[in-house]
Amino acid sequence: MKTVATEWANQALNRALNKVQATVPMDLQIRGMHLFQKARQHVIKRPPPPPLVEQPLPPVESLPLERIDVSSPFLYRQGVWKSYYKRLRDEAPVHWQGHTPFGGIWSITRYDDILTVDKDHERFSAEPFIIMGEPPDGLGLAMFIAMDPPCHDQQRKAVQSVVAPRNLQEMESLIRLRVQEVLDELPTDSPFDWVPRVSIELTARMLATLLDFPYEQRQKLVYWSDLVSGSTSATGGTSTADEIFEGLPQMARQFTQLWHDKAARLAAGEKPGFDLITLMQSSEDTRDLIHRPMEFLGNLTLLIVGGNDTTRNSMSGGVYALNQFPDEFLKLKANPGLIPNMVSEIIRWQTPLAYMRRVAKQDTVLGGQFIRKGDKLVMWYASGNRDERKFDQPDAFIIDRPNARQHMAFGFGVHRCMGNRLAELQLKILWEELLARFEAIEVVSEPEIVQSNFVRGYSKMMVKLTRKSV
Amino acid sequence: MAIIRFAQHTGTEQDVPLTEGSSLMDLARAHNVPGIDGDCGGSCACGTCHVIVDAAWAAKLGPRNEEEERMLSMTPECHPNSRLACQILATAALDGLRVQIPEHQF
Repeated sequence: MKTVATEWANQALNRALNKVQATVPMDLQIRGMHLFQKARQHVIKRPPPPPLVEQPLPPVESLPLERIDVSSPFLYRQGVWKSYYKRLRDEAPVHWQGHTPFGGIWSITRYDDILTVDKDHERFSAEPFIIMGEPPDGLGLAMFIAMDPPCHDQQRKAVQSVVAPRNLQEMESLIRLRVQEVLDELPTDSPFDWVPRVSIELTARMLATLLDFPYEQRQKLVYWSDLVSGSTSATGGTSTADEIFEGLPQMARQFTQLWHDKAARLAAGEKPGFDLITLMQSSEDTRDLIHRPMEFLGNLTLLIVGGNDTTRNSMSGGVYALNQFPDEFLKLKANPGLIPNMVSEIIRWQTPLAYMRRVAKQDTVLGGQFIRKGDKLVMWYASGNRDERKFDQPDAFIIDRPNARQHMAFGFGVHRCMGNRLAELQLKILWEELLARFEAIEVVSEPEIVQSNFVRGYSKMMVKLTRKSV
Repeated sequence: MAIIRFAQHTGTEQDVPLTEGSSLMDLARAHNVPGIDGDCGGSCACGTCHVIVDAAWAAKLGPRNEEEERMLSMTPECHPNSRLACQILATAALDGLRVQIPEHQF
């Protein structure tokens, strides 16, 4: 329990910190914050969160409704997610679990209910975080995905043109060239791990381009993104607070340097580019973002995480899906015109981010359940995309599914994914180039799945390619 | 026959029979007008049925609603006469309405 004295001490420290934020370099601030949090933990004697140990999850049929907990970061890896979500959709579509490692959560599992919550930012706030738990103390990066209007609108508008269609047209040939380079280097004589060779490599190249980040250092972007989205306390992943506090100062330093380099080049008369930093520097609302470190870092982190786990795992997921449903691969080869619709179906089937979180801003009723102001709600897109009320044979992968585009993996409402067109474009080009080269793309062993309640991803997937005979 | 005219950025125009009570988004989808995806099924929640209404018609349609305004402001290349087709209900009075589908929706 917090005493009045510790509360007062916290407030005083926070005031001091705010002052420091505007004057001390960002990387030093993060280091300082780490020491501060360690000291505070020592004084308040709050134990660090226990590590999550994987245990076999019980079959959902064996559990009473009130014991069902879908927050486990092993739900997807152990392959029980479909049965857990289905039980909730059928029997308790707005379901309360008060005792998860991430606090009490309402799970929203039906398509229509998720749409209702996602649209209603008046009733359901995206603040302060959109992941189930909390990031490490002191690392509450401010991101517009976790802001409500009007702040959200200002910040998003400042950066959304980086993925605006006009910009994408400029980028299309570059994306294709890079896909070709990566695919042409793949071995066809032996199996290889698809995840680092294709999915991670292609997304890293894309991110480096969007940020105009030093190309040869692009793997750093992937590393930082994985570090943040893998936070144990936030998503049940494998990055500890200590690791995050180690990695982020480096990110802060490099992004700060990138910002100043850009500004200097622009001042020296260089033609402004279409990259993110330049866009931020040319918008009224974000040109002084460098002086608001947690926002600056937050929004850059948002864009690297947003463009990393999502596209990466859709790139792996598509290959896996076509292996699970081999008739669909034949259908695709017979009619490559189905690629755009298949891209939507891949995103529906994979749903690389399982959910977004909201907080009720007032007492309210949803699906007959009374929800209190301050309660956390988790919109399970991964369940909505398998809702039999919306999608016929929802677990089947059907590349010409008529309503595939209506999947909810991009979210709906003001927070709808702003990179959706870019993601679709990247996947479309990947599949066009794959079909042009390979006769068969076989997954030769069961892929390995990441530990997370948020990212539905693959850490390893061995693939064997057969080149098309000319 | 009453129609709504959808114009593509390429100059192609497509006349779609007007059914009273349907939204313009539903009409476009029922007749496979390219560039109108309507991913959210008409809930004003995705911004993928963006159209630009011909100036002569804009006033007759009235202003955007608040939700629509917010979704459109999240769309790059928003125009003063931009609307979401799912928020325009077809009535007999709209016979001959011409809307342009923005280039970015392809």
